[in-house]
Amino acid sequence: MSGWRSLPAGAAVLRPGSTADNITGTWRVVRPVIDQERCIRCGICWMYCPDSAILELKREYTTRGGKRYEVTYEVDYDHCKGCGICANECPVKAIEVVLEAK
Amino acid sequence: MTYRTIRDLPREELFAPGHSMCAGCGAAIAMRWLTKVAGRNTIIVNATGCVEVTTTQFPHTAWRVPYLHVAFENAAAAASGVEAALRVLASKGLRAPSGEKVVVVAGDGGTYDIGLQSLSGMLERGHKVLYVLYDNEAYMNTGIQRSGSTPKYAWTTTTPVGPHIKGKVQWKKDIMGIVLAHRVVYAATASIAYVVDLANKARKALDYSEEGPTFLHVLAPCVPGWRYPENKTVEVARLAVETGYFPLYEWERGAFRLNPPSNTHMDKSRRRPLKEFLRLQGRFTHLTDQEIAEIEAELDTYWNHLAKLVQAYGQ
Ligand SMILES: Cc1ncc(C[n+]2csc(CCOP(=O)(O)OP(=O)(O)O)c2C)c(N)n1
Ligand code: SF4
Ligand code: SF4
Ligand code: SF4
Ligand SMILES: [Mg+2]
Repeated sequence: MSGWRSLPAGAAVLRPGSTADNITGTWRVVRPVIDQERCIRCGICWMYCPDSAILELKREYTTRGGKRYEVTYEVDYDHCKGCGICANECPVKAIEVVLEAK
Repeated sequence: MTYRTIRDLPREELFAPGHSMCAGCGAAIAMRWLTKVAGRNTIIVNATGCVEVTTTQFPHTAWRVPYLHVAFENAAAAASGVEAALRVLASKGLRAPSGEKVVVVAGDGGTYDIGLQSLSGMLERGHKVLYVLYDNEAYMNTGIQRSGSTPKYAWTTTTPVGPHIKGKVQWKKDIMGIVLAHRVVYAATASIAYVVDLANKARKALDYSEEGPTFLHVLAPCVPGWRYPENKTVEVARLAVETGYFPLYEWERGAFRLNPPSNTHMDKSRRRPLKEFLRLQGRFTHLTDQEIAEIEAELDTYWNHLAKLVQAYGQ
């Protein structure tokens, strides 16, 4: 940035939601990993994530036991900060929390 | 419209990731759901505090709706001005009315203490604004200083724990009582652990704001301020309700109602022991059994007060 004169009037920010450019995934110490076989698609992890980092995708999935789901929940690792709330709240313990660095 | 389950909740994300709120921040969960329910046709007026500082670092913003950052003292006054301006522009034919919702977002410091006069003025003048208080029970953004909302005996950097003083000396202020004294059409408490309830209350508060000011008091746990592990935010918030520490209730057109699960908690045996809420948090680890008993007794007094409200105004 080259001084205050170059700022828009009122320091207005004209790109809504532009914090998405920030890769807060680098904050992570632990990584949540969803076991798609175990997940019952309840949406609780999606509901509670403070960083909207659980994505609800319209992607079909069939478990080895033959159960078919219309949606798949996936972690957006670019933004997940690794707080572990999703794993703590998952009713069937389908999310494992693993260390990022070994 | 009522949301019954997670399936009914709005899908569009209007609060972007990449903000710099702490991992596990309770207020972030509150903001996600507030914006989802309010929708795109919303103008947010935000007092300074954690939410503001972490979502609007120039040149970025986490908001996908129009957003105005104002000072501590005047969030409700600025929102009153926005609402009045929209109304006047429409009445002069200078701008077609387009049904925007004006929503204040402010912390407990900005509400219980520094912005109390502008909140009172907005409620008294009857502006069509929803005021959302996200309550993390201290001035967190500046490093955990006590506020009028901090509970008794909680450690903060300005209410230290030592041989003579054991955290905050005073009780938490009854902000809902102050708001209700203004005879608002709708006001409610809500929790980030009970998202469907929170979403329904935000929906109702927004709908009622077409008549006059409405108020939501959302308890939003704070990882460094309450000193608990960051994966426990929702658990702590849930325990706050289940132990009766933070009852869920709403005030709707002169009627008072306790909401599930708090509606069963008038019977104290249906509440979980308060200790379960306290012991998860480092800000309370110094408490003696006697101090816990004192907090419990004060909670009982508060519940007796709620019982009287149910008697007088319950449906
Ligand atoms: C008049 C004034 N005094 C002090 C400050 C410094 N300040 C900025 S944010 C903040 C804390 C806000 O506390 P709260 O409203 O509870 O929001 P939180 O940070 O906890 O989310 C303080 C003291 C200020 N901006 N304006
Ligand atoms: S660890 Fe936290 S930030 Fe990451 S997906 Fe789970 S809830 Fe979201
Ligand atoms: S909380 Fe668990 S079961 Fe529910 S959607 Fe998430 S991973 Fe699946
Ligand atoms: S200090 Fe507390 S309220 Fe502020 S961003 Fe961190 S967790 Fe959220
Ligand atoms: Mg605060």
